[in-house]
Amino acid sequence: MGDLLRENTLYGNIYDWAIGIVGEDLAWLAYTVAVMAIILLVVNAFLAMGTLYTWAERRIIGRFQSRVGPNRVGPFGLLQAIADAVKLLFKEDIVPRAADRIVFNLAPIAMLAPSVMALAVIPFGQTSYLANLNIGLLYLIATSGIASLAVMMAGYASSNRYAMFGAMRAVAMLISYEIPLVMVLLAVALLAGSMSLVDVMTSQAIPFLLVTPLGAIIFFLAISAELNRSPFDITEAESELIAGYLTEYSGMKFGVFYLAEFANVLLAGAIFSTLFLGGWPWWTPLSHVWFLVKVMAFAFIAIWVRSTIPRFRIDQIMVIAWKVLFPLSLVNVAAIAIEVVAWPERTLPQLVIMGIINWGITAVATVAVTRAWRASNGLRVSPSARAVRLEVG
Amino acid sequence: MYGSGMMKGFGVTIRNLFRKPVTVQYPEEKVRQSSRFRGQEFSWFEDRCTGCASCAKYCPLGIIRIVTSPSDRHKQDGADFNIDVFDIDQARCMYCGLCVEACPYDALHMGTNFEGAQLRRQDLVITVDVLRKRAKHPSTWYRPQLERQDFDPYKQEADMQTVAREPYYWHPKRPAMLPESARKEATADGEYK
Repeated sequence: MGDLLRENTLYGNIYDWAIGIVGEDLAWLAYTVAVMAIILLVVNAFLAMGTLYTWAERRIIGRFQSRVGPNRVGPFGLLQAIADAVKLLFKEDIVPRAADRIVFNLAPIAMLAPSVMALAVIPFGQTSYLANLNIGLLYLIATSGIASLAVMMAGYASSNRYAMFGAMRAVAMLISYEIPLVMVLLAVALLAGSMSLVDVMTSQAIPFLLVTPLGAIIFFLAISAELNRSPFDITEAESELIAGYLTEYSGMKFGVFYLAEFANVLLAGAIFSTLFLGGWPWWTPLSHVWFLVKVMAFAFIAIWVRSTIPRFRIDQIMVIAWKVLFPLSLVNVAAIAIEVVAWPERTLPQLVIMGIINWGITAVATVAVTRAWRASNGLRVSPSARAVRLEVG
Repeated sequence: MYGSGMMKGFGVTIRNLFRKPVTVQYPEEKVRQSSRFRGQEFSWFEDRCTGCASCAKYCPLGIIRIVTSPSDRHKQDGADFNIDVFDIDQARCMYCGLCVEACPYDALHMGTNFEGAQLRRQDLVITVDVLRKRAKHPSTWYRPQLERQDFDPYKQEADMQTVAREPYYWHPKRPAMLPESARKEATADGEYK
């Protein structure tokens, strides 16, 4: 048992220690103990990081907006998340009378569970991945698909128009953006020649961000939409929908949604740094730290984007998904498929050549799609025109 | 160039990141108000007050109550009045400052404080004892004589001579208020102690 986990040194050590106590006959017990210990460690570390991240995001976005951010509770406001959690725990747990109680209570769990499940295939550092699944990318897509179901559950079960509108918008957006996302993951899988995240990482002689910049940009935009973050946060556009699918939630259920939303940013950062930033293999003794630095860099960029770009309208979001990102991701997949056939070994010089070609393709394709989009909407094609209205037909 | 507008936006936010936040952390640091700030507490100089109750008459809300009684002091010049009650009900005060404008003897001034929250409504009534004891940091609002002296209410405390419009030669009721030369003149006939 536990063969998938054998590559994890921490698991191996706990397993060996437990075997030493209970003996070979009770190997199943040692296995259970080791697995539980690992689950406890990883899940709690992830959730604690998510909690810390809520503080970091609020502080950093505050500075981006020339504010201070939460600085009252504890040193530098570090305990703000704990104070918030205590407040949420003490709040009354309100369930609307017309709500579908079971679905209503299940939705927060269904929201948080996929992000915890997706951790199983993330390589955090050398020998620190839980499972080296050979279909890791597919597993990631499958788990992230559950989140849109959770949003729909929350919106439907609240029996609130605002919640339903928010959920419908969210699901429309999530499904639309999953297509370019999956296309990019397909290109990455082609490039790495494997769907296992560990193989994807080790095959990056140079980070895939440099080899396939178009893919990285599309992935970043699509994952921002999947995370319901600011330029794409129409699901909880407070000026239109109060709080979207969260309208009827209060207390710790709301807290779980909130935590899941922020923890998902870290998860997205982990996926992004695995797929595009080369993961940990830089200097192996500090591989975990190096990985964490990359995740933090992603989170910082995400916060920067969130603090800068105002919210798109629902039709603009759909246009970005279908008229811009989708064709670009098709171009990306086609280009990488041809390149992979042309240079099947994917050694360092070959990756460099691929990268140079892809940078050219990125520039040309971006400009072409933008011009085509503008022309199809009867806008002036020249970008030098000062006031180009972002009108969408 | 494509995306230059977006780059400009990102530049704005990243510049904010390395700038000091504009937020003033209130209980620790306070925004310095203008010296003409019409603040909460009133600065009242009892030695200047004759108990004429002009402030009470001019108050649009009628929230100032003055009760006076004749005293034994300065009987030669007509009796001096004790100010027994001088209640200002801050709960209804709108800080228009008409009482200050009305005061003929520059005895009442707006204050410079803005932290006067109380737990009970009756605590918002300023009584005469409170007015007597309070540190005098009068606002320079409607008091050009204070501005002429570069009076800074946030650093200095005012006494009854500082706040005067002019030396009260015309009203030599309280010799202590007079300048040194005038005081000698006024006390020359031995009437004033």
